[in-house]
Amino acid sequence: MAVTDGAQVVSPRTTSKRPNRLFKNMTAKLASIPMIFTALVVFIGCTIWTIYHSFTKSKLLPAPDKWVGLDQYERLWSTRRWLVSIENLAIYGICSLVLSLVIGFTLAALLDRKIRGEGVFRTIFLYPFALSFIVTGLVWQWILNPQFGIQGVIQKWGWEGFTFDPLNNADIVIYGILIAGIWQGSGFIMVILLAGLRGIDEDIWKASRVEGIPVWKTYIFIIIPMMRPIFVTALVLIAAGIIKVYDLVVAQTSGGPGIASEVPAKYVIEKMFQAQNLGQGFAASTMMLLSVLVVLIPWAYLEFGGKRRD
Amino acid sequence: MTDATVNATATPRGKKPRKRLTPTNIMLYGTLFVASVYYLLPLYVMVVTSLKGMPEIRLGNVFAPPVEITFEPWVKAWAEACTGINCDGLSRGFWNSVQILVPSVVISIAIASVNGYALSLWKFKGSEVFFTILIFGAFIPYQVMIYPIVILLRESGDILYAITGTKIRLMGSIWGLVIVHTIFGMPILTLLFRNYFASVPEELFKAARVDGAGFWQIYFQIMLPMALPIFVVAIILQVTGIWNDFLFGVIFTKPDTYPMTVQLNNIVNSVQGVKEYNVNMAATMLTGLVPLIIYFASGKLFVRGIAAGAVKG
Repeated sequence: MAVTDGAQVVSPRTTSKRPNRLFKNMTAKLASIPMIFTALVVFIGCTIWTIYHSFTKSKLLPAPDKWVGLDQYERLWSTRRWLVSIENLAIYGICSLVLSLVIGFTLAALLDRKIRGEGVFRTIFLYPFALSFIVTGLVWQWILNPQFGIQGVIQKWGWEGFTFDPLNNADIVIYGILIAGIWQGSGFIMVILLAGLRGIDEDIWKASRVEGIPVWKTYIFIIIPMMRPIFVTALVLIAAGIIKVYDLVVAQTSGGPGIASEVPAKYVIEKMFQAQNLGQGFAASTMMLLSVLVVLIPWAYLEFGGKRRD
Repeated sequence: MTDATVNATATPRGKKPRKRLTPTNIMLYGTLFVASVYYLLPLYVMVVTSLKGMPEIRLGNVFAPPVEITFEPWVKAWAEACTGINCDGLSRGFWNSVQILVPSVVISIAIASVNGYALSLWKFKGSEVFFTILIFGAFIPYQVMIYPIVILLRESGDILYAITGTKIRLMGSIWGLVIVHTIFGMPILTLLFRNYFASVPEELFKAARVDGAGFWQIYFQIMLPMALPIFVVAIILQVTGIWNDFLFGVIFTKPDTYPMTVQLNNIVNSVQGVKEYNVNMAATMLTGLVPLIIYFASGKLFVRGIAAGAVKG
């Protein structure tokens, strides 16, 4: 006991000498090396590396010395497959943003009406979020199967002319993917918005009841404006998820029919690892980064710029 | 009537006059019920299809319950389904996934918890800057960083060979994937632990410092035992996340070491041969089983896990 006490007295004294500012708090710095490495080398270093190489003529191997300026971008934006990918991402993005928020909020508001069996309903709405996009894509591929799935069932019921075959129809294939994407992710948005609803002061509800304001009006004019920060968070989360859409498409349609359901993330991976056209992959991924920044910078400005003002 | 309304406004939580079948209630539960059908349908279809024989599937539709229940598709999916020339079923992918999962979860959580601990209680100059980079880095699409990481892993494998003399391959092996999962799990996990340790009363930490305890001593003897609930949340988060990963699995492993999701996709979407929908659905179900079990077993903790970083971040 005495020995350990002695050691403990000695150790703070040695650290209090402060021989060099660099060695102050040395253990914490050493322990943070993986974090520093990830932040500096991976997140910043690798990102800059990719952006730099998107201006080069890299094919099979990265070619840092063959500078070609914006050539890769010009070629990218004149590639039909990329344009289809962008269009799909835009449709998928807008629809899934709107639908996730509407469905998520509706379900959250219903669950917040002090109903019976709330836990059961919440469990049901959220379980798809635990499943992978591969599983999601494969199940919906099967449900949307033209012969045995929804279309087949309704045709067998007697409505012979009924057609609902999104996965084999190039015009609407992206909506087939959307159905699956909404199924997987809307429960998550519901949970976040439900947490926001629970944070609303009970007095607000009392006041609106005293005033005789209908429930739906209270939601639209009072509750939703009050929940703006949590809606913004949900929005950023959905947007971050949208840009990542890759495995869902791979599993459900493999980008088909033809190239009708291609998405940017898939374009990048295929250019880099299959087509051996690294330059195109780098340029396309830099465009993805750019679209994230378009969402992220205003959000960061609102979130952190606002706090400083307070 | 007026009495009742006055009561209701005064104490909304108190007992209200019971009226079960009001139009509002019918609409409320009706909507919830319809929504539940949409969310439950795929699970039902998966289970039902996986229990039917192929002749029954060809005659019926995806929603029909099985007339004759058979577990053969499950056995076949687990032990015989083919990917390319290998016909040893999904079991190979399952064990690969387990081998990837265990070290990835342990290492990523170990590192992130120490990060969070250092960031909240042992701040040093620049630590907040690194943390900010880490959080914003979480929004960078993986596609932007993935190719340089491939190069880094390949090169560091050579450096390891030069130093240790043993051939450790990072690229294409399970260990490369473990590193990648550790890196990309770091932002959310670090945030989780940082927020938790920041809520620990400062007196506790100061008292330990006065007693002469150092960085690791305080971490292992005080913080670790206190933070057990948050470790459980982190484990849930990582197990489901890593199990469900497809992108990294496809890029950083070889066909021999493909995780379960990649193998599942290869089995179901392979073009050769007759499509066996029942086997496909059994395989899909098998892959989804691990995260589903965790989800249903963990209940509220799962919600806490996914919302923890999201709502605060």
